[in-house]
Amino acid sequence: MPDPLPFWLDFWNVLTLQSGYNSSLVILGTASLGVASGVVGTFAVLRRRALMADALGHATLPGVVGGFLLSLLFGAKGPEMLPLLFGGACSGLLGILVVQFLVRHPRVREDAAIGLVLSVFFGFGIVLLSLVQNSVATQTAGLDSYIYGQASTMTRADVLIIAAISTLVVVMGVLFRNPFGQVCFDADFAASTGWPVDRIDLLMMGLVAVVCVVGIPAVGLMLVVAFLIVPPAAARLWSTRLSHILCISAAIGAVSGWAGAALSSTLPNLPTGPVIVLVAGVLFVLSLIFAPRRGLLARKWDEQRRNRRIAEDHALEHLFEHEGPVLGDRLVELFAVRGWSARQINRLMQRLRSKSFVAHSSGGWSLTPTGRSRGMTIQRNHALWTQYLISYADVAATHVDWSVDQVEHVLSEELVAQLEEQLRPEGVS
Amino acid sequence: MNSIQRPEHSSNSPLSIHAMTVAYDRKPVLWDVDYDAPEDPQLIAIVGPNGAGKSTLIKACLDLVPRASGLVAFRGQPLEAVRSSIGYVPQRESVDWEFPVSALDVVCMGRYRKLGWFRPVRQKDRDAALACLDRVGLADLADRQIRQLSGGQQQRVFLARALAQEADLYFMDEPFAGVDAATEQAILDVLREMKHEGRTIVVVHHDLQTVPSSFDEVILLNMRVVAAGPVADVFDAENLRKTYGGRLTMLAEAAEAVAQTERL
Repeated sequence: MPDPLPFWLDFWNVLTLQSGYNSSLVILGTASLGVASGVVGTFAVLRRRALMADALGHATLPGVVGGFLLSLLFGAKGPEMLPLLFGGACSGLLGILVVQFLVRHPRVREDAAIGLVLSVFFGFGIVLLSLVQNSVATQTAGLDSYIYGQASTMTRADVLIIAAISTLVVVMGVLFRNPFGQVCFDADFAASTGWPVDRIDLLMMGLVAVVCVVGIPAVGLMLVVAFLIVPPAAARLWSTRLSHILCISAAIGAVSGWAGAALSSTLPNLPTGPVIVLVAGVLFVLSLIFAPRRGLLARKWDEQRRNRRIAEDHALEHLFEHEGPVLGDRLVELFAVRGWSARQINRLMQRLRSKSFVAHSSGGWSLTPTGRSRGMTIQRNHALWTQYLISYADVAATHVDWSVDQVEHVLSEELVAQLEEQLRPEGVS
Repeated sequence: MNSIQRPEHSSNSPLSIHAMTVAYDRKPVLWDVDYDAPEDPQLIAIVGPNGAGKSTLIKACLDLVPRASGLVAFRGQPLEAVRSSIGYVPQRESVDWEFPVSALDVVCMGRYRKLGWFRPVRQKDRDAALACLDRVGLADLADRQIRQLSGGQQQRVFLARALAQEADLYFMDEPFAGVDAATEQAILDVLREMKHEGRTIVVVHHDLQTVPSSFDEVILLNMRVVAAGPVADVFDAENLRKTYGGRLTMLAEAAEAVAQTERL
């Protein structure tokens, strides 16, 4: 077990770009890639094309190996990025075309087509890779890193290419955000207004493909899809606005790329891809737990508050109907239908007292004037909702909200008046 | 052999469908549809049983599904020439309401085509979109995420997006599906206003009861056009039976049975 302190010092130095030109360059490269994948990944996820990106990533392997062989023919001494990525792009594209061809066939569903292309192309790539490694073993060192990603093997030129392409992709994504967003939300409507939906889809998938391919040296072709899916998935937990989600997703992608590359270069022999994906995964889990409103904690909290509110409403309604004070030990009887324990009832009454809906005296528990009017409102709301459910059985269920303060907040005043008319006993005006 | 009689088509009709046939996977779903909408602005209902091809008819007019044969003309022009003056309200279920946009964002999408590829949404566009939301009575819900709206409100957001298109001819796919009576009335009021502004509106409709009170024209459709024309002329029991066949009888029998049990 190494001493942890030097590790953290090292990590801090790498993280803050104080650990030499090369590692800083690599970090900036993966971070810019993170921004790009955060942006186009958001569109891919919203268009439900995330798994297509996975197929694309895996389908690049035969092309990567093929590109390597070709580059050897032209006198390369070992794996060079450009020919490998070019080959990868070609076979990735071929994979996507095969998926699209299969989907057109009525007997092959999209998930089956994606799984088929992904596994067959990847299997073929692995076979090809093993053959190549067996025959020209000395020159293949580093070819493995294209599967899991090894950012540290990137040269300065590689990083500059990645950064330039990432910037271009981000600019395109931001520029085309309106047509992209519209096609993701409602492709039929977009088509009806004259947008060339097929071409917009092609452009979106093209950007995804570009990010996939340039991401391979850093993240590896197996995990590049995670770089595209995880940041947007986490970002959606933080906001319900597309523009905000794009920014948050880009930020999460950048942090994952930055911290992941720093971690993997500090720890010996750790491939970059899995570390970056792990960092993104941690950020996702943190978002899942702590995001406001849509996070697990916030939802749990909301649920508890709602249940408490419902219990209070029920209690006030019972007390209102009972009329007159109730002795503490008779409350269990009054609330018998609710099945609450004595302890629950006690806590509930204390809460109602702190909101000054009820008061306790020697005569027992009784409603305060505010409590009475609240109880009356609740009773009226419930009666109106019941009547509404009867009168408009076909559509009412989606409108009814039993916990609302006033029925009028949901239904129009005319409708409420009409329901009240229906509720009035016959002969009374 | 009889030659098929072709109706005369008017080049002034806002919507003129010529011998349109649409097929999915070899099986035709619309057969030889001919229809001319009247020149004056009208509310036109398309009614027919499930699977009659009502939505397909609209989509084929908008080139959203390919036609096997036939053509569609808008005041004598092809679709490409008049795109910007044609509005569309798709079925509410056709989109993902979890999508991260607000009601106002959705309405702004009605103006995206005018903005073109790169221009961002500006305050002017937002104001126009807000005015459309106001017309359907949702101005105060503009910033709500669309998931938090009720079914009727979502339907009205779609209507507001269509208003933002400022079109002359509208196609609407079941705009009254799953809305309560008050919302139905509100939507209908907006449609009537639109008609008075000179727009023709073609609505896929599922509620036969409200056809006479709400619409001027009706197309009775069951794969082919059974009858089409002013409601007063063609919306009768004979044509309805030809459109719905046994199914309408079944509905009538069910209603009869319920009425009988109530009498007992």
